[in-house]
Amino acid sequence: MSSLDEFNPSLIRGLWALTLRELKKWLKDPVMLVMFILQPLIWMGLLGKSMNIQGLFLSSNLSNISIPNIQIPGSLLNPPVNGVINIPGTLISKQLQKMFSEIGLNIMQNTFGVSDYFSYMAVGMVSMIVTTTTMFSGMSIVWDRRLGFLNKVISTPVSRAAIIFAKILNATFRAMFQSTVILALAYILGLKLSSTFTWINIVGVYAAIFLLSVGLSSIFLAFSIRSTRMERPMQFVGLITMPLMFASNIFFPISLMPSWMQTIARINPLTYLTDAVRQLTILQLEPSALIVDFTCLSIFAAILATIGIVLSWKYLTK
Amino acid sequence: MGENVIKAEGLTKIFNKSLVAVDHISFSVYDGEIFGFLGPNGAGKTTTINMLITVLKPTEGKASVLGYDIVKQANEVRKVIGVVPQEYTADEDLTGYENIMLCADLYGIPRGIAKKRALELLELVELLEFKDKRVETYSGGMRRRLELACGLINRPKILFLDEPTLGLDVQTRAATWDYIKRLKKEYGMTIFMTTHYLEEADALCDRIAIIDHGKIIVTGTPSELKDSIGGDIIAISVKEDVDVTEIIRSVENVKEVKKEDNTYWIKAEKGEVTAPVIVEALWRRNYTVTRLSIMEPTLNEVYLEYTGRAIRDVEESKESLRIQRITLMRARSR
Repeated sequence: MSSLDEFNPSLIRGLWALTLRELKKWLKDPVMLVMFILQPLIWMGLLGKSMNIQGLFLSSNLSNISIPNIQIPGSLLNPPVNGVINIPGTLISKQLQKMFSEIGLNIMQNTFGVSDYFSYMAVGMVSMIVTTTTMFSGMSIVWDRRLGFLNKVISTPVSRAAIIFAKILNATFRAMFQSTVILALAYILGLKLSSTFTWINIVGVYAAIFLLSVGLSSIFLAFSIRSTRMERPMQFVGLITMPLMFASNIFFPISLMPSWMQTIARINPLTYLTDAVRQLTILQLEPSALIVDFTCLSIFAAILATIGIVLSWKYLTK
Repeated sequence: MGENVIKAEGLTKIFNKSLVAVDHISFSVYDGEIFGFLGPNGAGKTTTINMLITVLKPTEGKASVLGYDIVKQANEVRKVIGVVPQEYTADEDLTGYENIMLCADLYGIPRGIAKKRALELLELVELLEFKDKRVETYSGGMRRRLELACGLINRPKILFLDEPTLGLDVQTRAATWDYIKRLKKEYGMTIFMTTHYLEEADALCDRIAIIDHGKIIVTGTPSELKDSIGGDIIAISVKEDVDVTEIIRSVENVKEVKKEDNTYWIKAEKGEVTAPVIVEALWRRNYTVTRLSIMEPTLNEVYLEYTGRAIRDVEESKESLRIQRITLMRARSR
């Protein structure tokens, strides 16, 4: 019969087995996969393309504004001249149109950092998909618990850490995969990469996504490991995603917000993920800003992951 | 009797500081036997099993499995036991084979051995031809068998079965009993099971502990338990129209005699031994016995005697009720 020597329940083996299980489940449900990608795609495609902010300043929008001819008494000019100066309206209109699109471009550059809104917000969708994916994957433990799978797993000698890390790893992997899909789709739809973009930046993008995914999925794991019904965490996610997204720089720059909202946005980890990914893709890379982003992301990840892992560990070994 | 493989002393579990689920129970399970915990819903059976399989920590008391302390050496315990929970825990999105291999990975069984063993076990539970089908498509009985196979992947010395036939139909239940008996016979496995089906405890268990309100009320072999409530019922009819009550009463081991029409209902210990003695006593006095039957008391009487007849308004935890509901629902889903 069995001897104890035949067992070697290592952390890595258990972690791999449990992660593989999750990934298999995920791949066997392509509908959910598509649904998860569809949501940010719809946001990106409809909102990103329709909120054509730079279009407001296009000369074509000014062409049908009729500007009358302007007559100025010559005595007002410096130096004064005799008679009346007549400036034709069309000339002014042409001048204004030219100035306007230049001003517009400047405004876009100054507030959004890029000249087209689509690129700006398409990158923001990465944050959106990271949030929803990690939250929902963390929550899958509710089902594991309801269906007895979790009890079964903890009755085996597998490392408790493997159970927790498999969930986090799976959530992180999904978030990374779906972000890749979203960014690829955004590129096809017209995302403009900046001149500072190099292929190495992609490593940075994944690092940023990894940090936030680990943080968010651990805290959600701890949150849902105690609930017996899916409804509660679901409602919570529904409640929290909207404000998290709008009180961040996903859709609009923080500088345009009222100060109370700026405060929220500055403690919102999504702000830093979004900015980091933007810095690395569509913006002219500012190393100092990127360092701030990564520092904040690391702190968030460390705090959330610690709380999440400690709480989950406590539950599993109770 | 072999040595003790499970030993519990004053094992207690209190939930939320007030709900006493298991109340200072002590018992031993011998090597190679099937030991059954029998009791109504909410009696504390599952809580006890969960403590023994190291899923729950006891509030008080201690227990050891194969000499390993269930709290201090939990990981050693986990290695030597097999667990078949009440619920269907297999992952529905994976195939039967994938599920068994997942269990093997959790135990850290080397891949080569695990593959061979998984196929053997699938054959044992007659699921080999369905091994690459998703568990989603399995019937209740097939799922139960898969759970059994998963619980055996580490060749456990002790197998824990929690309500092994909950929600199964009669045929599937009988088949499951056969598997359990084979495990005991062919592998000499010790089996600890809980059930609230009397006929199941009677058919399978070598020894039974009747548990109620978190306490063990009585322990013994099924026949000891049946004897404990006063023995068998012997029914005798005599041709002659004379009252022979006194003759019967004088026989050793007879406890009670009641005459109804022409039939004497006799409550006696060891019915199969006492009945011939009664017949002989009557025959010597020239009475002719025309009809004789011996009825053993069923576990039914034993059970009701000890747990009372009142229907339980269970104050079970919400969670365990929910688990039962889900299991029943899934067992009946196909």
